[in-house]
Amino acid sequence: MEDFLYFFSFQDSSILFIVMGITLLGIGSAYVGTFSFLDNKALLGDAISHAVLPGICLGFILAGEKNPFYIVGGAIFSGALATFLSSWLKENTKLSEDSIIAVILSVFFGFGIVLLTMIQKTGNPEMAGLNQFIFGNAIGILEEDLWVYGSLSLLIILTLSLLLKEFSLLVFNAEYGKAIGFPMKGIRVVFNILMILSVVIGIQAIGVVLMAALLITPGAAARFWTDRLGTLLILAALFAIISGIVGTYISFIIPQMPTGPWVVVSLSTLALISFLFAPKKGVLFRFISRQSYLKKTHKEHVLKSLYKAMEEQKSGLQIQELLSMYPVHKTETLKSIKTLYKTNQITVKEGFIELNESGKKEAKRIVRLHRLWELYLNEYMNIAPDHVHDSAEKLEHLITPELEELLDNRLNYPMLDPHQENIPRDHDDH
Amino acid sequence: MMTIDTNAFLIIFTASLIAISCGLLGVFMMLRKMSMTGDAISHAVLPGIVIGFFISGTQRGIEVIIGAGLLGILATLIIDWLRKKAKVQLDASIGITFTLLFAIGIILINMLAYKVDLDQECVLYGEIAYLPIDLWITKSGFSMGPRITWLAILNLLLVITFIWLLFKELKLTSFDESFGIVLGIPAGAINLALMSMVSYTTVSSFEAVGAILVVALLVVPPATAFLWTKQIKSLIKLTIGIGIGISVIGYYLAFWLDSSIAGMMVSVAGFVFLTSAVLTSKKSKFKFGTQSKEEAFSS
Repeated sequence: MEDFLYFFSFQDSSILFIVMGITLLGIGSAYVGTFSFLDNKALLGDAISHAVLPGICLGFILAGEKNPFYIVGGAIFSGALATFLSSWLKENTKLSEDSIIAVILSVFFGFGIVLLTMIQKTGNPEMAGLNQFIFGNAIGILEEDLWVYGSLSLLIILTLSLLLKEFSLLVFNAEYGKAIGFPMKGIRVVFNILMILSVVIGIQAIGVVLMAALLITPGAAARFWTDRLGTLLILAALFAIISGIVGTYISFIIPQMPTGPWVVVSLSTLALISFLFAPKKGVLFRFISRQSYLKKTHKEHVLKSLYKAMEEQKSGLQIQELLSMYPVHKTETLKSIKTLYKTNQITVKEGFIELNESGKKEAKRIVRLHRLWELYLNEYMNIAPDHVHDSAEKLEHLITPELEELLDNRLNYPMLDPHQENIPRDHDDH
Repeated sequence: MMTIDTNAFLIIFTASLIAISCGLLGVFMMLRKMSMTGDAISHAVLPGIVIGFFISGTQRGIEVIIGAGLLGILATLIIDWLRKKAKVQLDASIGITFTLLFAIGIILINMLAYKVDLDQECVLYGEIAYLPIDLWITKSGFSMGPRITWLAILNLLLVITFIWLLFKELKLTSFDESFGIVLGIPAGAINLALMSMVSYTTVSSFEAVGAILVVALLVVPPATAFLWTKQIKSLIKLTIGIGIGISVIGYYLAFWLDSSIAGMMVSVAGFVFLTSAVLTSKKSKFKFGTQSKEEAFSS
């Protein structure tokens, strides 16, 4: 608790500094990552983040120390090489995109490991810091390095905000952008550079192997909450900031613990919550709406059966008769009967079910929609009368009152459906 | 002098065995456009390895293999769940799954660091150079030779048996999954079986080449072979050839430059791949004349 207060009151200026750095680089990676997620290129970020390892090692070898400029330079070089190779291979070979990405990722990383072991064997005392590129250590970033990485993040965020329109064109409709005169190739180059930059600064905190999470997960999680690009970017950035701070806090209280894995775990938790509980797109929401739709269709089927019984001059149906009409849905049928009874659409007397006034009206509506749709298919689509039933069976639950009015109007308020059955209307009985 | 040669032979031999096992499975992964799933599995087995290691107290325990196998299957199932139930696009599902499982693995290593002798570098990079001193000693004290070599032999035998038994099914479901299903092949089960073999191979090889470099051996030789041929049998033969080739050259280069053998094998594989890509792309332009024809041919 004391640690918690110490950390979050930011009385230690270096902690404040680090949290600001994490926030900046989280926003940067989340922005870039969201765009590449929307572009269906989520794994290219993974390839690039593995691919910067040899560049970092080369930068280290050339500088002889952990100089941020050499390291960023080297990383940009090998990241750019990887990006170029992946698009070259895509154009010039018959390999599928995922094979290309997997090849680039593993070869660059393998070469990076070769360089890393070579550096290790030279015994350079500075190399201890190099290992933190693999798993990330936000607490370990030096203050002067933080200036470099922080301003780079700021540059990314600014460029993305200023060129928002251009980048949206790139990911949503590049062809259109080209047609209206935007230099799409140039925009893609700028975007790739931003991606490499965000990887280079992101791996400080999260490491090479897990960098993909910082690029992919915030966007994927935020996508469940909104369809608007602006909100999407803000949410993604928010997720990245929260998990960045959680990760930093944990490696602050447990010093030997790298930051990266905890950032990823908290990001994934946020993502899982989004996948499960987000309104409209979440798994739970879709499950519930599917269940209520099924319930509605079943209820409407029961009403329809009762109405058809009335057409055959019976006043209603026995529960047993109704149950035997839907032999595999016995429990659902019973439930529908119960709801219909509760909403006062049917009366049940000693197991005999009859439609009430309101139930009859509702039943008529469904039968009417069914038969109108059948007639429409038959007359306007020239579909044979014996082929129209299945489609009508689905549409009867979906047609809105407006659409019903339109259908009725088009068909000139018909009396009979293609099977010569009466199309029931509310004023029939009077 | 003689001992160095035996060691060199043992290392190259074991590396070749691992490269062949990975390559054989990799061919089918590539044909199914699942190379990145292979990558995801090789990252995702990490927590399984750590938990197995913690339970058995040794890297050699059967628990390690079971743990990794279970995690590999779990990763496949999570990816599938995210894609089908949560409707996340495939590449993002892969990215989210493997980073989460890998992160959990690293956290477990750090938490149990004092209790188990397993450092993350060993799991990640492996070190095949120590192979000759890690001997399999029977209870009577008789040395049977390097333990990892025996593991690699067992692994290769299992992979060959697996492919030999299910060759027709694997081939069919790789090229045309729906046709396979029509013929009554349980495509889902075949897929899970393949993923289990990939997880098992990853675990069996991680001590020697490290969890991440297994990916390279799974992906690069088949992709290189695919640049030259489309016949599945020659694809397999070429993959095996490349696997052996990179083991030999990789070993001597690493020996010469005093670097990681596994990393060098991958670098050599990358070089071979790139050379092949340049050669075949030129060749195909030369052969087919125009770009459009070539595109029509490859699609």
